[in-house]
Amino acid sequence: MTATQDAATVDKEIGRDRRRKEDQRLITGRTRWTDNITLPGMLHLAMVRSPFAHARITSVDTSEAKQAPNVVAVYSGADLDESAGSLINAWPITPDQVTPVHPPMAKDRATFAGEIVACVVARSAAEARDAAELIDVDYEELPAALDLKEAAEDKVLAHPDLGTNKSALWVFDSAEAGTGGDVEEAIAKARTDGIVIEREYRQQRLIPAFMEPRSVVVDPTGEQLTMWSATQIPHILRFALAATTGVPESKIRVIAPDVGGGFGGKLQVTPEEWVAWWVARQLHKPVKYTETRSESLMAGHHGRDQWQRLTLSAEKDGTVTAFKVDLLADLGSYVSLVGGGIPVLGAFMFNSIYKFPAYHWQVQTVLTNKTWTDAYRGAGRPEATYAVERMMDELATEVGVDPLEIREKNWIKHEEFPFTTVAGLEYDSGHYEAATEKAKEHFGYDELRAEQERRRESNDSVQLGIGVSTFTEMCGLAPSRVLGSLDYGAGGWEHASVRMLATGKVEVVVGVSPHGQGHETAFSQIVADRLGVPWEDVEILHGDTQISHKGLDTYGSRSLVVGGEALVRAADKVVEKAKPYAAHMLEANPDDIEFKDGRLGVKGTDQSVAITEIATAAFASHDYPEDIEPGIDAEATFDPVNFNYPHGTHLCAVEVDTETGRVKLRKYTCVDDVGTVINPLIVEGQVHGGLVQGIAQALWEEAVHDDSGTLVSASFVDYLVPTAADTISFDVDHNSTASTTNTLGTKGVGEAGTIASTPAVVNAVVDAVRSFGVSDIQMPCTPERVWKAIHARDAGGADPTTGGAAPHFDESTGQEGQTDRTAGAADGPATNPGTEGAGQ
Amino acid sequence: MTRIELTVDGARVSDDVEPRMLLVQYLREKLGKTGTVIGCDTSNCGACTVHLDGRSVKSCNVLAVQANGHEVTTIEGLAQDGQLHKVQEAFHECHALQCGFCTPGMIMQSVDLLNDNPNPSEEEIRLGLEGNLCRCTGYHNIVRAVQTAAGGTTTGGAQ
Repeated sequence: MTATQDAATVDKEIGRDRRRKEDQRLITGRTRWTDNITLPGMLHLAMVRSPFAHARITSVDTSEAKQAPNVVAVYSGADLDESAGSLINAWPITPDQVTPVHPPMAKDRATFAGEIVACVVARSAAEARDAAELIDVDYEELPAALDLKEAAEDKVLAHPDLGTNKSALWVFDSAEAGTGGDVEEAIAKARTDGIVIEREYRQQRLIPAFMEPRSVVVDPTGEQLTMWSATQIPHILRFALAATTGVPESKIRVIAPDVGGGFGGKLQVTPEEWVAWWVARQLHKPVKYTETRSESLMAGHHGRDQWQRLTLSAEKDGTVTAFKVDLLADLGSYVSLVGGGIPVLGAFMFNSIYKFPAYHWQVQTVLTNKTWTDAYRGAGRPEATYAVERMMDELATEVGVDPLEIREKNWIKHEEFPFTTVAGLEYDSGHYEAATEKAKEHFGYDELRAEQERRRESNDSVQLGIGVSTFTEMCGLAPSRVLGSLDYGAGGWEHASVRMLATGKVEVVVGVSPHGQGHETAFSQIVADRLGVPWEDVEILHGDTQISHKGLDTYGSRSLVVGGEALVRAADKVVEKAKPYAAHMLEANPDDIEFKDGRLGVKGTDQSVAITEIATAAFASHDYPEDIEPGIDAEATFDPVNFNYPHGTHLCAVEVDTETGRVKLRKYTCVDDVGTVINPLIVEGQVHGGLVQGIAQALWEEAVHDDSGTLVSASFVDYLVPTAADTISFDVDHNSTASTTNTLGTKGVGEAGTIASTPAVVNAVVDAVRSFGVSDIQMPCTPERVWKAIHARDAGGADPTTGGAAPHFDESTGQEGQTDRTAGAADGPATNPGTEGAGQ
Repeated sequence: MTRIELTVDGARVSDDVEPRMLLVQYLREKLGKTGTVIGCDTSNCGACTVHLDGRSVKSCNVLAVQANGHEVTTIEGLAQDGQLHKVQEAFHECHALQCGFCTPGMIMQSVDLLNDNPNPSEEEIRLGLEGNLCRCTGYHNIVRAVQTAAGGTTTGGAQ
């Protein structure tokens, strides 16, 4: 075991564009999606869902369904007993939050169109669906709370027994928190000698629309009850099943097999899972339920859905003095797992990369008779970035300078890190100037501005718009103590263990649970570097609570920055545990042992032993130091001390056909700082996908309901997930500064593209048509909305002095200046007389 | 029940099926060809794309009985003699998949596209894949993969 050869120069794995380990099974169809699982005697579930947004259930006649071929059982909400449990809200954002009880199946009252009211169990999925058609439910339709603003006024109650739709009011104020000045004072001052910009923006309701519909299989046979689910959160799911259905946690095994995308949409505990769990326990047989796409779009949780009332004050030169944010957030008819907490994740981010001296933020969460809302890629932070980046453009227009110039005037300079923001967060690192400079260069910013000017001057029917978004976000959820201070029901730590197998292979178990992120590849790279073993020899296990006994799953761009750090620490412990072995084997003092490139050697000698040889020796344990426990396997739990703060500069050019309102993407450049990059291929892929989801919010996607509360965009015919033909190739680059909150220096990347891109696109669209007096177009910027904005002041168009005209939140002016920008509203979009005709 | 006989991934199969059974259901439920997946109810997403007599079809839009007497190739039958198809290789090489759920359909459609047009422009690729949805990749690397497969070369990188 003496090293006769010099340790070969080991190529570093971190930073290498490894092709993914995951791909082989995915490109050949050897996949295990939940819906692929078939068990002996397995029964199939079909759901009956309410067609009404709000209705009393007066009777459920299941007799005909029960007689249908191969039907085993039929249940309605009235059949459920206590063991069915209920769906939990893990984040009551205030102590007095109003939280309706959420049963897995409605009994007396359906609270949104799509809620489960009955189910059929049959020998095949087709027979279950056939029989579901035979169930006769009598409804007495009730008035539904549908419009968010009206719901906030309690005009119609979503849950009459609760007496109000207002769930919780959550407030942050920098003067009260001691992190900044008084917002009202700053705004009052600016009204006399500065600039006050007041806007109201709509964050439309979106649908995560992961490609794999949700599916669940429950096997009640055996001592442990097993649930396979297309979920992002097997560990949280297990906890919630135990907490609400009376089955001891130790009797529950949850497995997330191959999971086809999530984007926050599978960060949920669902009625479908609870119904399947209960039915399997009733019948003592395995049960499967797989949703249809329409069911997925209707009943899987939605995202966003806010009205944002924003007041920005600045000095005449464009130095911002205060930002006041007042949000209404639509929860839907239940407070979901993270529910009201989603907007609160944006509470600390509306100030973004800027040195605002005063900040006030509040959200009123509101219950309505719509599908519940929860996390969707970015979760609270896209809303924040959109608001502030749109406002910075408005400020630039008001001051009459380039939008990048106004940002630079207000952003944190690179030498000012670490920087404590007005929201109380400490940003560890970043370099906004460098990222922006690089992005401008790649983009050809000056040339595109020149082209824009030419098109304006020549009254080209196709106008060019350039949009900017200099974003940051907080990710890596999360320091457990911070979550505790926010009344979140769990911690934010993560766990990993490293098993050194006798044959020299390394088995790694992680508590995070991937669904497309490439953990198997990237984590193998980290372990390979840390332990000096071949990348191919590392196996990453995850997603099964019996294997990965401890973890908090995957969301909030946390897997690498929190889970990866747990992995680093576990690997380092393996090395420490190997040292006494090495000393024993090499007959040296443990203090003289040093680890390099997979070998433990005696300092100053050529004596060394490979860590994999030690693993073999530890397996046999025939001869080892007397004072140690045999084995070198190790595990670690990491609880971050801070979030981390990726940032970047995104530049978007669009062509707007002023005759048709059509928006065409011309160019998109982004330079992101996501810290140390483990695998550039995976990082770029995350950015590409994130960009398109954010762009889709700007241009295409919206969950649209009709007047009675039926989701009319309940299929991919109407819910416009973009296609390859809608999108373009992107220009993606990085400007990395290492995060100081984890050993590897990494920052989260999963949500960055989505958070950044939406305002870049809308800013570009508005920029293209600002010379027509347009200052806002509601998302998604459809050709119709863009055309109407351009023609708002034609004969018959809206009066340009109403709408978004500032100031309109002032008590004295009332609310009559509000433009109704809800879908289908007759009014045109807002125009801003202050910037009328102001080209740049 | 109707008796059908067809060839799937090179194997002769024969079954009694309900006339309403979709080809994708037949592949998944009767043959266990779960590599082909169902992503929507409206033939928008293309996740279930297979080849019927060498041309791409959305197998949720074909009845099993319509495949009677025909030849079906799924993602599971694309590799030949243990050799991945060049499009499969290109998807791996170019990181054209993340969660991988759309991938079987996306690969089958890409193969069909290249059969029709061996040297497509970026625009032709984008239009040719318009019937297949992907939520993860933003299509950027899928386009690269099709270009790479068309060029017949793969570039750099390990594995």
